[in-house]
Amino acid sequence: MAGTEDTANNFLDALLLALDLITEFNAGLIEIVSLSLSVSLSAVLIAASIGLPLGAALTVYNFRGRQISIVLLNALMGLPPVFIGLTVYLLLSRSGPLGALDLLFTPTAMIIAQAILITPIVAALSRQTCQALYEIYEEQLRSLGATPLNIMLTILWDARISLVTAIMAGFGRAIAEVGAVFIVGGNIEHFTRVMTTTIALETSRGNLALAMALGIILVLLSIVVNGVASVTADSVSRSRANR
Amino acid sequence: MGTILSTVINRLILIAAIICSTSASAEKVIKLASTTSTENSGLFKFLLPKFEKATKIKVRVIAAGTGQAIRIGRNGDADVLVVHHPPSEESFVAEGFGLKRHKLMYNDLVIVGPKTDSAKIRGVEEATIAFSKIASSMQLFASRGDDSGTHLVEKEIWKKARLSPQRTRWYLSLGAGMGSTLNIAVAMDTYALTDRASWAAFRNKKNHTILMEGDKTLFNQYSVIPVNKKKHGHVKYDLVKKFTNWLLSNDGQNAIRDFRIDGKQMFFPNANREQ
Amino acid sequence: MNKLPLTLKNVTYHSGGKQLLKCNATISEGLNTVILGPNGAGKSIFLRVCHGLLKPTEGQVEWTGKEQDANNPNQAMVFEKPIMLQRTAEANLAYGLKLRGAKRDVIKQRVLQILRRVGLTEAAKQLATSLSAGEQQRLALARAWVLEPDVLFLDEPTANLDPGSTAEVEIIIQEIRKSGTKIVMTTHDLGQAKRLGGDIIFLYGGILKEHSSAEKFFDSPKTIEARAFLNGEILWGQY
Repeated sequence: MAGTEDTANNFLDALLLALDLITEFNAGLIEIVSLSLSVSLSAVLIAASIGLPLGAALTVYNFRGRQISIVLLNALMGLPPVFIGLTVYLLLSRSGPLGALDLLFTPTAMIIAQAILITPIVAALSRQTCQALYEIYEEQLRSLGATPLNIMLTILWDARISLVTAIMAGFGRAIAEVGAVFIVGGNIEHFTRVMTTTIALETSRGNLALAMALGIILVLLSIVVNGVASVTADSVSRSRANR
Repeated sequence: MGTILSTVINRLILIAAIICSTSASAEKVIKLASTTSTENSGLFKFLLPKFEKATKIKVRVIAAGTGQAIRIGRNGDADVLVVHHPPSEESFVAEGFGLKRHKLMYNDLVIVGPKTDSAKIRGVEEATIAFSKIASSMQLFASRGDDSGTHLVEKEIWKKARLSPQRTRWYLSLGAGMGSTLNIAVAMDTYALTDRASWAAFRNKKNHTILMEGDKTLFNQYSVIPVNKKKHGHVKYDLVKKFTNWLLSNDGQNAIRDFRIDGKQMFFPNANREQ
Repeated sequence: MNKLPLTLKNVTYHSGGKQLLKCNATISEGLNTVILGPNGAGKSIFLRVCHGLLKPTEGQVEWTGKEQDANNPNQAMVFEKPIMLQRTAEANLAYGLKLRGAKRDVIKQRVLQILRRVGLTEAAKQLATSLSAGEQQRLALARAWVLEPDVLFLDEPTANLDPGSTAEVEIIIQEIRKSGTKIVMTTHDLGQAKRLGGDIIFLYGGILKEHSSAEKFFDSPKTIEARAFLNGEILWGQY
């Protein structure tokens, strides 16, 4: 990518450059795109496996401190990535409590930071979704003899299409996030360099057109992943409505 | 449920693969915390393949400001540093975090600004005079403001010129990296202090150019410092030693000399071979 | 099966600082029990307390003289607005059986059988939420029926239906009763109460005013409120 010298930095140039990079299957681009995807999708997987049950449980179970938990969860949605990055950094640093794991400046550290960033988002949004369905279902399901756990699972299943939106919101935040991955990943070439950190780097090198082009590719990537997710969710729902 | 389950399994395998690939750093890998100028200019991209070829040791570069790089070393999160602020480096070694400071190479800092040069600093020989002229004509000046090596030198020059512009309206303290500072300097038509390599590699110069250079206060020494194994037992000193030895050897020094941006040499090797 | 009588002993139900129900009642085996009363009389709350969806503020709900819960009989409820799970019709029917741990082939057989009896065989694979209001209510009845409940609570089962669908639903209700299920239902349709009711519980302002056979209730109601209600007068004020 270093060969793409600066020209005029208007949007059209960036667009053409983006097209160039995509059509020529630029090896460097493929590397950072696949790392971006695998890091963010892993983070989404973790966030979903914690956030979905958490969101559903906060809907179904009534316990002391539930309301506070919900407020807290909603507040955590706004956590600045840099703050999370720094926290994970301090935890994973050799001088920190988890230093022995030797995870700082690795993709795993980036997954951890992104998972922390988006779990509250997935949880809070799925709680909202589940809450809406719960209000409709609750009496009927209890009448049919469902335990709270049964109700939780039923709601998660029946709301699955709307829940894809919650998961995708998390994915969007993760893949677009730069502050946390920069700090805990270190932006190491061929190792922890992802789309967003490359954009930041190229901006600082004054390669504005290239940075813009990468930004455009990031948006396209996001669109593709969202498209795949919604199509999959749709076909799954159609073929498996009869569970 | 089948397809979902299989995607879940696939993801888990992928995560496992990533985790394994990191813990497989039992292969020969060291972490280098460096200044942004050396990484962003492309120097390491030029040097490291030669070193890897010679030794089969992989070097992972984390680029940060000098202050941040030293903090990374202090925490034991890197095995070796390449930085450029001698006073900070000396205390890093004195406190026992750095093993030894080896002079590696130098280049110089330059003052860049709009070609129109309203403060008329073109051709001025002393940095303190250039800074005074910027101050007296109240032209905008973009400062890193981040305690990086470059910023620390800039503060020293203001001090020598007996000026304290920090509270004035023409002095912009950005708290940003070199690249961001240059982007802002170009966009707002301001003066700025930068290192030659960062400027040469910078691709958004527009109407900006080097206006003042050559003063010895702008001399910019880079050093390589292994992190002390006594403070951080996990440091891979045997590998680091090979790295520093190579950088300081004729091979390494020649490679530094051979690195060019737009045909111009950016870093000047000056290792003292006493080690 | 001796699962009844169901007894409400000094039961009250409060919500938001208001007493919404206060009654003693006994519901025995046999013909359908119909709960009547003007809007806001507490009919739905009465059903929900009986079914266990609402916990009484005071008093006990007892089955054959023992307190609720562990030895609850098998019971089900159909709501005024059918709540369909976002699945196929047959998956909706299978849901309750699965919760009760029924075997897969048993579920399949029972589901098909009941779907046939409510005339929804064709709709088995359709998404339940895509069915018409009448079909949804029949499916809701089927979903309850498939559990072979001892007691089935119906809350205004035909309130939102046209006369044709109402007739279909009433036929199904009678069939469910014939299969050995005790029906306890609310309605504001006096004709329906006469057609289906064996005994009538008349609620007014959350209080049980009368409990008698349907004949007796419609021929000679004892309270002023019941008389006014049957005469189609609007009943003003509490109590």
